[in-house]
Amino acid sequence: MFKEPTNKSKVFIHITLIIGAIAMITPFIWMILTSGKTQAESTMIPPQIFPENFQWENYKNVWGALPFIKFYWNTGVMIAGRVLFSTLFSAMAAFAVAKLEFPGKNIFFMLVLTQMMIPAQIFITPQYLLVQNMGLLNTTTALIIPGIVSAFGTFLLRQFFLQLPDDMMEAAKVDGASIGEIFFKIYLPLARSGLVSLGIFTALFAYKDLMWPLIANISQDKMSLSAGITTLQGQFTTNYPELMAGSVISIAPMVILYIIFQKQFIEGIASTGGK
Amino acid sequence: MAEIKLENIHKRYDNAEDDAVTDFNLEVEDNEFIVFVGPSGCGKSTTLRMIAGLEEITEGDLYIDDDVVNDVAPKDRDIAMVFQNYALYPHMTVFDNMAFGLKLRKMPKNEIKERVDHAAEMLGLTDLLDRKPAALSGGQRQRVALGRAVVRSPKVFLMDEPLSNLDAKLRVHMRTEIAKLHEKLETTMIYVTHDQTEAMTLADRIVIMEAGVIQQVGSPFEVYNSPNNAFVASFIGSPAMNLNEVTYRDGRITGNGIDLVVSAPSKKALDNQGYEGKTIIFGIRPEDIHTEQIALDASPETVVESTITVAELTGAESILYLDVDGTEIIAVVDARDYHETGSKLEVAFNMNKAHFFDKETEHVIR
Repeated sequence: MFKEPTNKSKVFIHITLIIGAIAMITPFIWMILTSGKTQAESTMIPPQIFPENFQWENYKNVWGALPFIKFYWNTGVMIAGRVLFSTLFSAMAAFAVAKLEFPGKNIFFMLVLTQMMIPAQIFITPQYLLVQNMGLLNTTTALIIPGIVSAFGTFLLRQFFLQLPDDMMEAAKVDGASIGEIFFKIYLPLARSGLVSLGIFTALFAYKDLMWPLIANISQDKMSLSAGITTLQGQFTTNYPELMAGSVISIAPMVILYIIFQKQFIEGIASTGGK
Repeated sequence: MAEIKLENIHKRYDNAEDDAVTDFNLEVEDNEFIVFVGPSGCGKSTTLRMIAGLEEITEGDLYIDDDVVNDVAPKDRDIAMVFQNYALYPHMTVFDNMAFGLKLRKMPKNEIKERVDHAAEMLGLTDLLDRKPAALSGGQRQRVALGRAVVRSPKVFLMDEPLSNLDAKLRVHMRTEIAKLHEKLETTMIYVTHDQTEAMTLADRIVIMEAGVIQQVGSPFEVYNSPNNAFVASFIGSPAMNLNEVTYRDGRITGNGIDLVVSAPSKKALDNQGYEGKTIIFGIRPEDIHTEQIALDASPETVVESTITVAELTGAESILYLDVDGTEIIAVVDARDYHETGSKLEVAFNMNKAHFFDKETEHVIR
């Protein structure tokens, strides 16, 4: 039987959670507060917590200085492209590994797993060269390309497919379905919660991906939000309040998305044990 | 409507040393209801799956009508299959589950609806068409699985232990439903089960298998009354036939507490085939052992003294576990006589119904 926590342990649990929450949320609050400060206030020692007058022009300045609409668009295209392709291709590969028999299946899956163990940075150079050879550097397509397949996604969805019974496939075969129809009409809809989880993860990773967009695209109007914001960081001085204002602008869509899809976010993370 | 012929069919799985199915030969007639029965792992499901095209045939030829279909995909064999776990598509409604195969065949929508409605009515599913499988009981799911097969009007119906996940009462009910269905549809059906009662009640012909080999093919009456070997004798019938080793000499069998005179036809067969003085297996069905006075009086030479070790009252009948000089013999007798555990009892063996099997080959001697 599940035991109700005692009052004492409840207090302990809550204190721990509150400390955790504060640790997570403080940087965000600091970001918002700094975005309203003057440059002098933001670099003061000892630090000044609240701005004397909230400097709205920081937002105006940064919005005028950078093509945010372009950034949003590029980021949106990157996320949509990566989510669409990586869930589709991962699901196909995962289905093959989980449900079909073909020679070299185990070796194939081993290779996929091995790829998860290698740091992503190692792939940057070959990916750059590939995209260069395709003549796609400095395009929005370049932002999508490295994210169209996902070893993690293949692994994650394989687990979902493994849980689904095999006899549905046999029933469908007898019903007259081809492998493609079995995949798209039966197994794919049943892996919905896995697809949603993977979609959310992919979107999050794409959104916060910095290195690749920074390397692949150098013109400002082909940059994603994360890469675009970094241009505010100067080599010698950085206008912190404007950088923070830009950051607030860039995370706003994600916050709104989170509020809308809160339930799926939490379910996705809970069901996969990811973080 | 189809005839199926299995010719010298073998199945060997990769990495396996022995055949899962060995030299399987059978001709299934049009509209026939064939039941494959045998203990788990005897190859009955494997054979069914080879007919369905879900398992490759290692050796031999499978004909549906006059065509060899070894390499024909399941969808092109015009068969329908009902699975043990139903294998319904959980994200589809009952209607869509039944319509799936028809949609794939690009059948016009109104015809699909007509067929599904007709099958639903036949199976009592009309009110459930909008439900998803999760909202159905086991029996209803089973009926949907049947419906999915029925709408296709296939040449052959294959059923792989379709009732084994249902509770006892529902199983009996669905058994009758399947029998009715077969009558209505007039289609060839091949049915796999490990339950000999299902096999006996449903089949036109039963195929009894063990260790990948056919032991006997015959009508329920034949396999029950004239088993080919000791395995069939013990597998068909519940409680199972009593089988004991005895020695045959001068028209008598002795051993294991038994000393009985065999019937004239049996004596002739045993003598002709040279079993004089040899050890053989003596089989007698529990219901061929009698306790009524009239039976005891009629054939005093077959009466044996016994002690009742356990008496199980099932209602109309009692199952008696008798100790005959150290050998356990099971008898099914009329329950109107009261039988007390531990008491002595005289029983008469109906030797006209006795079966004899060779000790080595276990083949019947007749």
